[in-house]
Amino acid sequence: MTSMIAELIWLLTLTRSHVIARRYFVVNGFDGALTMLGLLVGFYVSEDVRLPVVINACLGVAIALGMSGISSAYISEVAEKRRELRELEKAMVADLGQSAHGRAARLLPVVIACVNGMAPFAISLIILMPLFAAPLLEPLSLLPLQSAFALALIIIFLLGVYLGRISHTFWLWAGLRTLLIAATTTTLIFTLSPG
Amino acid sequence: MVQVKRIVLDVLKPHDPNGFDFTTAIAEKTPGCSVKLTVTAMDARTETVILVVEGKNLHLHVISEAIGSLGGSIHSIDEVDVENGPDDTEPA
Repeated sequence: MTSMIAELIWLLTLTRSHVIARRYFVVNGFDGALTMLGLLVGFYVSEDVRLPVVINACLGVAIALGMSGISSAYISEVAEKRRELRELEKAMVADLGQSAHGRAARLLPVVIACVNGMAPFAISLIILMPLFAAPLLEPLSLLPLQSAFALALIIIFLLGVYLGRISHTFWLWAGLRTLLIAATTTTLIFTLSPG
Repeated sequence: MVQVKRIVLDVLKPHDPNGFDFTTAIAEKTPGCSVKLTVTAMDARTETVILVVEGKNLHLHVISEAIGSLGGSIHSIDEVDVENGPDDTEPA
């Protein structure tokens, strides 16, 4: 298991795919967090929506986001990695199927697809935790929908902070920028919602 | 006993892995050796390097397999130092 992880890290570094995986994690993770935020605000605006309905709808969207992330990234990454390998084989005038580059072309699309799919799914599940734990929140006078909304804002802020760290910009500014996007989304839903 | 002490190889390799990772990976496969890499030509996707491997008892197939697994291919064997030292076992 350890050697397999070491091999994957080596292949990710070799093909510089760790940058792609990181980008996919942030982009699709942000996508997942913002989608959940939108759903929660939508349900809040709708009023009198039963909690199981909210959970089922949000869970359905989380699964769909995950599946969409896995399939889309896998299809595009397989094509990209095959093209890269073919071009390298042409330059090397050799079959690289058994080399690290060949292994990378076979394995990395799966890894990148998992990152792309798991990021929105996992982040969505974290945001939905207050909904799952609604009976536990009652004694603390916490409302599940509002708690999930607050958690979504925290995760969106943290994703911004992470982006700030990658780009070496001030973490607070980077976090506030993504928070501003969340605030704009929420305002738009409140403004445009007919109910 | 015949032992290969030094091999100089002309190798074509992709840019990645870079020289540091390439030599490190080869050294990992042949314990007790020292590996030196010199880039002699550079192309858009590939580079030609001179690889000098020194050790007590080198095996060309091990080095060749390591180079192949890293996407490289040996163009030519430019130099080989071989020693036939005294036998390890004394006659009875």
